[in-house]
Amino acid sequence: MEQDGVTDSPTDPMTEALLAVRDRRDRDAFARLFDHFAPRLKAMLLGSGLRDGSAEDIVQDVMLAVWHKAGQFDPHRAQAASWIYRIARNRKIDLARRKPLPLPETIEEPPDLEPDAEQILALRQEAALLREALTNLSSEQRTTIQKAFVEDLPYSQISQMTGLPLGTVKSRIRLGLDRLRHELRGLNR
Amino acid sequence: MTQIAYHISDDLLDAYKLGSLPHPFAVVVATHLSLCDTCRARLEAEDVLGGVMLESLEGVALSADARAQVMAALDRSAPLRPVGPSGIFPAPLMQALDGQPPRWRMLGGGIRQQVISADKEGSLRLLYIPPGKAVPEHGHGGLELTLVLQGSFSDSAGRFKRGDVETADAATDHQPVADPGQPCICLAATDATLRFRSFLPRLLQPLFRI
Ligand SMILES: [Zn+2]
Ligand SMILES: [Zn+2]
Repeated sequence: MEQDGVTDSPTDPMTEALLAVRDRRDRDAFARLFDHFAPRLKAMLLGSGLRDGSAEDIVQDVMLAVWHKAGQFDPHRAQAASWIYRIARNRKIDLARRKPLPLPETIEEPPDLEPDAEQILALRQEAALLREALTNLSSEQRTTIQKAFVEDLPYSQISQMTGLPLGTVKSRIRLGLDRLRHELRGLNR
Repeated sequence: MTQIAYHISDDLLDAYKLGSLPHPFAVVVATHLSLCDTCRARLEAEDVLGGVMLESLEGVALSADARAQVMAALDRSAPLRPVGPSGIFPAPLMQALDGQPPRWRMLGGGIRQQVISADKEGSLRLLYIPPGKAVPEHGHGGLELTLVLQGSFSDSAGRFKRGDVETADAATDHQPVADPGQPCICLAATDATLRFRSFLPRLLQPLFRI
């Protein structure tokens, strides 16, 4: 697992790679994303009960979607890992639904909007805080959460199972992100 | 952008995120998310945890040629452009309408509706209510979500403007009235047939699939 102690760069390496795909259609960067995320996505899908062949098919679909949807990626709203996680989850959900899950409209960024390093960094710090909170758990607790996570249980249930104040972590993250959104909104509109 | 006061509950947002919400409600949630940065941020905040968990997983190797296959497919597969928004109708609603503008049916009293879908998952419809007119008084067999797209309506629970969602259930007994000004256009999802109070609407019910 790659360490992401927050450094002076606002953007983590995988988000950097995704931005290179978005802005320059950079195939080497895409290959780096593939090498990093495809095996993890496969682990996640296998954990949720899919068989090897179909898990691998979905991973390929998801990585293709990453290439095609990169234009919608906004580093102020998500890191590469969260964004790709959501694409994979939605893909898996659609396989189980009669009709595809309706998704919210893409928010178009003004093309001349300068990236706001402070906000991108704040997002990275939020993720680092959460990672730290998870690291401080006993390995048993961590395994339980991870298991619940790959099996698609809602976070409320994870919290019940473990007796962990996950809600506290969640609401802290929500507060932080809400604050960010407000600042971003002032910037965009 | 007006300030949105009435949001999607945590339970519904959880169900939406897990893909377990019946389609009519999922369309209302996605449409609200298109208008509401607050709920969108709540959802994205949970993806932060998803991303952290994904990063923490021990990877499982793919077959040897998996990457080459995907790289070779990058130029071949053309992505489908989804239907975009149109006027007051956000993209997920336009997708539910198959990209077509609403085809209104008169319900009497200047009230119009279009049933977008009605099946065992529930019903989804657009309502057009002239200023001062009321949606017929009704109770609920189950859950009802009403999202305002234009104008506003008021009932005992409050005043609902563009982007606001009213969540009503079997215990709710309300009579929304469109406020003065613009006609009120809203998107409503129900998971059970509403029980209308007055005689006439009940007669109309099977006809118009309210
Ligand atoms: Zn909201
Ligand atoms: Zn009602």
